[in-house]
Amino acid sequence: MFDLLGIPPQVLFSQLLLGLINGAFYAMLSLGLAVIFGLLNIVNFAHGALYMMGAFGAWMLLNYLGIGYWWALLLSPLMVGLFGVLIERLLLRWLYDLDHLYGMILTFGLALVITGLFRNFYGATGMPYTLPPLLTGGHNLGFMFLPNSRAFVIASSLIVCLSTWFVIERTRLGSYLRAATENPALTEAFGINVSLLVTMTYGFGVALAGFAGVLAAPIYSVNPTMGSDLIIVVFAVVVIGGMGSILGSIITGFSLGIVEGLTKVFWPEASATVIFVIMAIVLMAKPAGLFGRSS
Amino acid sequence: MPTHSSVPVAAPFRKLGMPRYHLMIMLGLAAVLSVAPFLLYPILMIKILCFALFACSVNLLLGYAGLLSFGHAAYFGMSSYVAAHAAKVWGLSPELAILCGVGIAVLLGCIFGALAIRRQGIYFAMVTLAFAQMVYFFALQAPFTGGEDGIQKVPRGALFGLIPLADDKTLYWFVLVVFFACLLALYRIIHSPFGQVLKAIRDNEARAVSLGYRVNQYKFIAFVLSAALAGVAGGTKAIVFQLATLTDVYWTMSGEVVLMTLIGGMYTFFGPIVGAALVVLMQNYLASVGDWVTVIQGLVFVACVLLFREGIVGFIASKLKRPL
Repeated sequence: MFDLLGIPPQVLFSQLLLGLINGAFYAMLSLGLAVIFGLLNIVNFAHGALYMMGAFGAWMLLNYLGIGYWWALLLSPLMVGLFGVLIERLLLRWLYDLDHLYGMILTFGLALVITGLFRNFYGATGMPYTLPPLLTGGHNLGFMFLPNSRAFVIASSLIVCLSTWFVIERTRLGSYLRAATENPALTEAFGINVSLLVTMTYGFGVALAGFAGVLAAPIYSVNPTMGSDLIIVVFAVVVIGGMGSILGSIITGFSLGIVEGLTKVFWPEASATVIFVIMAIVLMAKPAGLFGRSS
Repeated sequence: MPTHSSVPVAAPFRKLGMPRYHLMIMLGLAAVLSVAPFLLYPILMIKILCFALFACSVNLLLGYAGLLSFGHAAYFGMSSYVAAHAAKVWGLSPELAILCGVGIAVLLGCIFGALAIRRQGIYFAMVTLAFAQMVYFFALQAPFTGGEDGIQKVPRGALFGLIPLADDKTLYWFVLVVFFACLLALYRIIHSPFGQVLKAIRDNEARAVSLGYRVNQYKFIAFVLSAALAGVAGGTKAIVFQLATLTDVYWTMSGEVVLMTLIGGMYTFFGPIVGAALVVLMQNYLASVGDWVTVIQGLVFVACVLLFREGIVGFIASKLKRPL
């Protein structure tokens, strides 16, 4: 086998894989943020906390009700989505006429409440979530070993992201959504229930976070702060990509994950900060973000 | 709404541009703070003063330039680290150590400020938060910060090499002087032509641009001033508590200080001081309930945004029909 700059290919590829997995989470979370921001003009600070709720949802289903991973993939996002509907109807609804900053501050408070509650009941240490038997083991691809669980995360994240893109850009429902994003008053005049659309959009965006959480449960340990640091990186991803484009969010998410993975190979100390450095460079070169429309 | 130019001004304070009722509040504040250490635990009072300065620094941006910084922990925390390092390792006297801290805060403020002002609104908030997280990771990895342990047992030293600060009361007077010096400087900045332009930018940026103001220069200067003030607060805190830790650079700290500003009233001058006092007292008296403090803080956030956006001082100001 070949060596790349003195780095064995196994190391390189396994870090690339890890990067791709991180990228899958960045993509799903920034996609949800972008969809929510497009219609509600709210930066959902609670996104990380809701991602954590998704993971906990899966853990609770397994440990309290004996419901396994596959059903959790469906049920947990659904519960998180319903919780999101409640948040939108009870809290966010009152903020639409105000400065966008209030939405961010309110969801920040929500994130504190949710994280704090889970920490009170489950402590700060992580809890393991056992893999379903179907996902244990893996395949030897010749140049590297590919565990099934990781391949599954990447594949399902890609499927979910691309179907979201398809629904928004290519279907009638998506056209309503895009119309409402562009001009809610006019869309309402055409007889479309924008208020319901807003609620559903928030619920869906949040369910995406919940889905990401379930995917994360067997890979990372389930703990109350798992979303807190992640959400800040996702914010940087969103600034780099710009929130104007659905496909842009997906591409930016995955590529930044890969860049982070590569940095881990070549300069491990910088891997935690590389995304923020890229953000600084993008701010200098193209302030609106790579896929953003300049305001 | 009466502007301060229409209010009779006490002659010696005309230069400060301070209307009489603001002067009364300042004097009242000075009187209360002079008596407070005899009634309350001085260290608690010092903590309030440090966080009041910190909250004022955030409010300079949020209340007067309309820029929500979610990353002020970076300037507070790094200043705290550098001041602690300067006092402990370099053996500098406390005022020089704090100045070193302010220096690093200004430096960071220049770099991050120049980049962050390229975006507006919520993007600005996200960018500042992301940069602060970068500083957090730096603090986590850099050898001089002591990682998880932080820098402990920082000597309080002697002010100007002459006045030992080991006694809590002496220390309190020192912090009180720093606090009032910063407060008056901030008052002057906000009520200067520079401050008026900032408010104009806050209210309508496009109009300020069309009037020929270089909006970005004003925002940049406001950002650096705000970072410097956060640096004063952080450096002083490190000397007082003889400690600099990761808590000071973490994003929860950035959120906490926004909460202080919000509770007190973010478009008011005195609001952040009240907000800081309330949050610090709340943390102090709720320390026994552990993680519930986070939950309560979060609920206060939500409640403030939904029901009480003008904040305590903002509410009083609207009742009195005077800017406070």
